This record gives sequence, structure tokens and C-alpha cells, in this order.
Amino acid sequence: MDWIVILQAGVASGTVLLFATLGEIFAERSGVLNLGVEGMMLIGAMSAFSVAVKTGDPWMGVLVAMLAAGLLSQIHAFITVTLQADQVVSGLALTFLGTGLSLVLGEGLSKAGTVALLPAFSIPLLSRIPLLGPVFFTDQNVMVYLGYLLTPMAWYYINYTRPGMHLRAVGEHPAAADTLGINVYRLRYFYVFVGGMLAGLAGATISLAISPGWFSELTTAGQGWIAVGLVIFAQWDPVRGAIGSYVFGALRRLILDIQGPQTLLWFANPFYYNPYWGFFLQMLPYAFTVIVLVLGSREAVRKRLGAPAALGLPYIRGERGL
Amino acid sequence: MTHPPDNPEHPPLVVEMRGIVKRFPGVLANDHVDFSLYKGEIHALLGENGAGKSTLMNVLSGLYRADEGQIFVNGQLVEFRSPRDAIRAGIGMVHQHFMLVPSQTVTENILLGLDDPRFLLHLNHYHRKIAELAEQFGLHVDPRAKIWQLSVGEQQRVEILKMLYRGAQVLIMDEPTAVLAPQEIEGLFETLRSMTEQGKSIIFISHKLQEVTAIADRVTVLSKGRVTAAGQPMAGLTRRDLARLMVGREVVFSLEKKPQEPGEVVLEVEDLHAENDKGLPALQGVSLTVRAGEIVGLAGVAGNGQRELAQVIGGLRKPTKGRVLLNGVEVTRKPVRFGIDLGVGYIPEDRTHVGSAPNLSVTDNVIMKKYRKEPIARGWSVDMQAATRLAEELKEAYDIIVPTVETPARLLSGGNLQRVILAREISNNPAFLLAMQPTRGLDVGAIEGVQRLLLAQREAGAAILLVSEELEELLSLSDRIYVIYEGRIMGEVRDGDIEKIGLMMTGTPLEEIEGGENA
Ligand SMILES: Nc1ncnc2c1ncn2[C@@H]1O[C@H](COP(=O)(O)OP(=O)(O)O)[C@@H](O)[C@H]1O
Ligand SMILES: [Mg+2]
Repeated sequence: MDWIVILQAGVASGTVLLFATLGEIFAERSGVLNLGVEGMMLIGAMSAFSVAVKTGDPWMGVLVAMLAAGLLSQIHAFITVTLQADQVVSGLALTFLGTGLSLVLGEGLSKAGTVALLPAFSIPLLSRIPLLGPVFFTDQNVMVYLGYLLTPMAWYYINYTRPGMHLRAVGEHPAAADTLGINVYRLRYFYVFVGGMLAGLAGATISLAISPGWFSELTTAGQGWIAVGLVIFAQWDPVRGAIGSYVFGALRRLILDIQGPQTLLWFANPFYYNPYWGFFLQMLPYAFTVIVLVLGSREAVRKRLGAPAALGLPYIRGERGL
Repeated sequence: MTHPPDNPEHPPLVVEMRGIVKRFPGVLANDHVDFSLYKGEIHALLGENGAGKSTLMNVLSGLYRADEGQIFVNGQLVEFRSPRDAIRAGIGMVHQHFMLVPSQTVTENILLGLDDPRFLLHLNHYHRKIAELAEQFGLHVDPRAKIWQLSVGEQQRVEILKMLYRGAQVLIMDEPTAVLAPQEIEGLFETLRSMTEQGKSIIFISHKLQEVTAIADRVTVLSKGRVTAAGQPMAGLTRRDLARLMVGREVVFSLEKKPQEPGEVVLEVEDLHAENDKGLPALQGVSLTVRAGEIVGLAGVAGNGQRELAQVIGGLRKPTKGRVLLNGVEVTRKPVRFGIDLGVGYIPEDRTHVGSAPNLSVTDNVIMKKYRKEPIARGWSVDMQAATRLAEELKEAYDIIVPTVETPARLLSGGNLQRVILAREISNNPAFLLAMQPTRGLDVGAIEGVQRLLLAQREAGAAILLVSEELEELLSLSDRIYVIYEGRIMGEVRDGDIEKIGLMMTGTPLEEIEGGENA
């Protein structure tokens, strides 16, 4: 096994998680939990691939993917922000809807053959840094580099800009924001949309860059759920979200690759000789997600991790207690 | 449209509200209210809880829209659609419950919603600007601190700064003293005076007579949504006059407390430690005792561990260290019912959610601690006839005003609901009674009733721990008073020395106060 190759592929695969995680961080920082990430990613992956097949232009595919997933997210925004319905239920429904829609619309797409993919390249100079160069800056897809830019931008935006400050205020104390003339509803719609677009981008990154093609719901294989778990793990911080995404991306690769060789570090490789062990490994990221989600649904744990105080709560103007 | 010229004897009118009507489902909160404010004055808005004070000012600050009536600012008719409109006209309100984002800094909270800065925050520049403004009005607070790190008094200063930064000329303070210790109240009053000297006008909402007498130039009294005194100068008004205007009848100011020797120790709290909901230390070694036949007060600014202490004693929270003994038997780390069977009565702070089951009938609510025992229990079942009979008896004995005992508890007024809870807890003849803010939010008549019931329990030999944020109530009911600050007992006072209590409420331990006196 070549560790450099595993890490390199891990960063690429982590980029998918990164986009979805960043998107969900934006939505949740505004106070809206969106469990529809998986559905939005599937819509993104399907429409990106299908548009790229039709037009031959992968960038067009990316654009349409982001818009399609963004639009889908607005259903969730309408249900939870305007109609003030339960965010968990609506998010789950969104995943069902997104999954179903992408399966129907993507019918036959898996036999579409080859399409033009997003370009991959190395960064001069940076790629020559020992260790880091080959892992992060050699033969990576353009989306991976975009991820490097997006992470610090998101972090800076949330913490050091006026709109970022308003985003935090709306998720922490919407009534306070409202009395100061900040439009809570509009901002929540907007950041749910941002979350949708980034989930769409994550989907497009799968189908047009990282593992190209359309394999129905196996295209995302539950990565949307991992992203939702990563947000809690990251304590709603983009930089921690990026670290978590890359670590998980690398683990996913490792779990796949570890089943290949007959020997591991001079010993017989148990994962090669016993495929059930491999299945167990493959289960781990999802088990992690389930555990994080269960823990994260506990009020006390959430408070301790620093969840946005109004996360999951609809904002109703002029409620008693104002 | 402009209003008639000002009376030349008075300073100019900055605000005039005419004929304000505001209805909520089933409530007429403001009934044709008139209100006027002169430049540079402190105008008190006095009234009991529920009189409609906050509603009226929420209308003035743009949060609510009046159903009828007009508002003039500096002689111009205005219409506010949002608080933003009001603040543009120079009117800012500091709410009863602060509107601050706890995870953000002072500066961020002040800048929220403004157009400047446009995109990047440039925090250092604004930290300096805000520090200067704070200096000007004597509102000391660190602009870089996060709100959750600040004391309640400091948070209030941030709220005031928020409004001043937006250029407020009129500042509405909704019950600003409710959350402050006596010394902090004095500081607030100084700030308010310095603001009027600099040309600001202040509306001071309160239901406490002595504060209004201490600070206001004029007073408007509301009672059940109506004005009973309109902008009268304070000179020439006595506390008795004000009380009558508030309540609509004569009010007796003193309660009779018979001198009485306390008996055996009933409740003993030993070195109690506990965490709050966030997992932060809330109690850090609390020890206290309560004897039979005495009322022991626990004073302190809200949020200093009172709630957690009450929850541990009531069995609703597990301590991390220490124990609670009732007549020598440990009740900590035991089921709640264990304490109940030993004679713990608990009047919780939140009467609608913790103290009662809002959708259940009065009968169901009063038998909650009795349904397992004769005569309410009959074998495995509940004897509903006996239950109803008991509820009827309690209804008579405790003056619960309700059409029938089958009425759901949620339809009761605050005072009546509190009597239901008291009836349930007291009729068990508790050895120990824990009363948490038992009169908060009740009107004067109801307060008196509750206080009499507590005194009667004292005479009957119960040990009572009274947790309250109303110092006056503690002073008039308690035999001795402990003061709690940041989860520690600062000391114990037997002579009702309000100065000492105040110092302890802001974190000076009793030894230091007395050490200072002797030095
Ligand atoms: N948002 C609201 N919805 C329904 N009823 C309200 C609301 N705000 C206040 N009320 C009712 O209006 C009356 C006046 O309340 P409020 O103005 O808060 O009184 P105060 O501030 O004098 O204590 C009360 O009966 C209260 O229950
Ligand atoms: Mg009020």
C-alpha cells in the first residue's frame, strides 16, 4: 500500500464531505437544521452528470447542480421558516424527495458513457513541498483546490464580517436580531439556500470529479449523513469541519484500500482473507454518524459543544417573553 | 399633522401618545392610554404586573402596533412599523428580558443591524468608539468581553449603550431594577441622572413604589390597562397614594409576624456542589440549615445558583458532591418521591410548567401528591369522588376562584394557580417547605395572600426556605437571610441589614465586610 496515494485520494474524497459540511454549517449557524443534505447531494450529482452529458460542459453541470439543490433546499426553508414546522421531519422528507427525484430523473443515466470531467492538475512549486506537496497539491481536481479556498473564506466570513455576525446572531438569538432590524426569515432562507448550493456542489464533485458517473443512490452512499454528523463533530466551525472532512475522506479510502494487499506490515492481512471484517470497517463511518447524531440530539451535549442556541427552533415574531 | 403648541411653563414635549388601544386575544392590555414625556425628565410608568406597562412601551418602541391611537415625536405624527423605525426617531427600549446574543462580544452586539461597518468588522476601531461612549455616560464595560461573561448589571449597561450608540434621545427602561442588587440600582440611578443632564429623556417602568419615589420627576400610573394618574409630578404624592392608584384600594403595608423560637434543625445542606444545565459549576460548597418554625430567606441576584439549589433539594437534580438531610435522613441521590414521603413541600419557580400540569383539572393538580394514599387511593384505583371532595374543600380553604374544580389549570390566573399549588403542598403538612419566588408576577392582593399562608405555616412549625429576588419580601418574612453569590453562601444576616445583604449579593463575603468595619 502506498500511503501517499491513500492520503491523496483521501483529500479528494474528503472534499465532497467538506462542501456538504460547510453548507450545513451555514444553514445550522442560522438556526435551521437541514437533514436533507443526502437528498440535495443526490440531486446535485444527478443533474451535474446529466447536464455534462447533454452539453459536454462540466462547468455547466456544476452550475445547474448548485441551482437544483439550492432550489430543493427552499422547500425545506418554506416548511420550517415560514410554516414553522418541525425541522427534523421536514429534513428527512427532503432526503426522501431528493433521493426519489434523482432516481427517476437519472433513469438510464448510468449507461451514458464517458463525459468531459472537471480538470485535475498540479500546483507548481507547492507540489514540490515534501509530503504535503504530493498529498495536497499534486494531480488534484480543481474542486479540491476550491475547497482549500472556501474553508478559510467561510471561517473569515462567519467570524469577521458584518453579514457573518448577523448570521451568528440569527442562529443564537433571533429575537434580539429582530429587534435590531435584522430580517430573521430572509437570512434563514438565504443560508438554507447556501447550504443547498454547497450540497449540490458536493454532489457535482462526486459525479464529475472524484468518482465520476451516476450510480443511483450509491453515488453518494450516505455521505450526506456523514456531513451532518461532521457538523456536530466540528462544533459548527468551518476549519474544524475541513479537518474532519479530510480525516474522514482519508479513512474512507483507507477502509477501501486496506482490503487489497495480502500482507499488512509483514503480517497476513485479515481484511484480505476475511471479507466480513472489511464490511465491518465499511460500516464504521456510518456508525460514527449515528452515534454523533444521537449524542448531538441531546440538549445538554449540544449546549456544551456550543451549538447555535436557536438551532432547530422556529422563530415566531412577537412571542410572549419578548 | 402637529399637536398644539407646548405649554410655555414646561420643557418641550418629546413624546406624546394619545388614546392608545392594544388588544390581545381575550385581553384589553391598553385601554385608551395617554402618555407624555418632557425633554430631560425621568418619567415613571407605574403599575402592577399585567397592568399593560410593557405593552404600551412596546407600542412606543415599534415592536407592537397599536389597534388605535396616535404617537407624536417632537410634535410630528409618526407611525412605527418596527423597532428600527422607532430608533430612527430617537426612541430606544431596554427590554425586561435582555436582547443580547450571549456568544458575541459587547461590540458585536452593539453593531448588530447597523449599516456601518459595511462588510469587514474592523473591531479595534469600534471597540475604541464604544469605550468612549461608555466613558461619557459612566457605563463601564469592556467592549471586547463576550456577553455571557458579564454580570447582569453589565449586560444592562450594554443594552443602554446599544441604544445610545444608535442616537436614542428617549430611553425606555422596562423594569430595569428587577435584576440588580441594591448597590447596582444606585449605580443605575446615577447613570440615568447623568443621561438626563445630557439632554436625554427617560421612561422608567416599575412596579416598585420606593424606586419610583426615589428616581422619578413625574409618574403615570396604569391599572388594568387604564391610566389612573397621568403624568403627575412626584412632589406631593405619597407611597400610599401611589399604591391606591395602582391597586384601586387601600393597601396594608405590614404583615404580622409573631415572635417565635425556632425548634430542631429540619433541613441540613452540607457542602453541596452541583452543575447547571451547561455542565458548569452552579453550586460550589453550599451549606445551610433551616429549623422548624422559622422562615429562612435566600437572597441573591437571579442566576447565582438558586435554581440549582432548589432542584437539588427537591430531588430534581443530582449533586456532584455533598448532601441534603431532612430530619437527619439523606434525601440526595434518592427518587423524588422519597423526599415527598419525608415531608418535603416544593413550590417551584415556574408554576405553569413545573408546578402544575396545565391541561389537567384543578382536582388532578391538587391530588398529585396524595393519590397514592388513603383516602384518595382505593386499592389500585383513585377514588375520584374523594378527590373531588378534597378539591372542593381546598378550593374553599384557600380561596381558589374557579368556576368548578374540573377547570383545567391553564385557565387560572397566576394568583389562583399559585393558590392551587400552595393548597397541594401545604395541605400535606410538610415538615419542610421550599418556596421559590412564590409571589413573582402576582398582583398585590394575591401577594399578600401567599405571604400570609407562608407565615401560617411558620406558626404551624414548618421549616421554610424562601428563595426570592424581592428583598422587601425577604426582609418582611424571614427570620434570617443567607446570601448566595456564584454558587457560594456569602454569609448570613439576622438583623435585616440591607447594606450588608447588598454587598454580599455583589460578591463580598460577610467576613470581609465585618473585617473592614473592625479595621
Ligand atoms: N404578546 C402577548 N400576547 C398575549 N397577551 C399578552 C401579550 N403581551 C402581554 N399580554 C397580556 O397583556 C396584559 C398586559 O401585559 P404587560 O404589558 O406585559 O403588563 P406589565 O408589563 O404591566 O406587567 C397582560 O394581561 C398580559 O397577559
Ligand atoms: Mg412588563
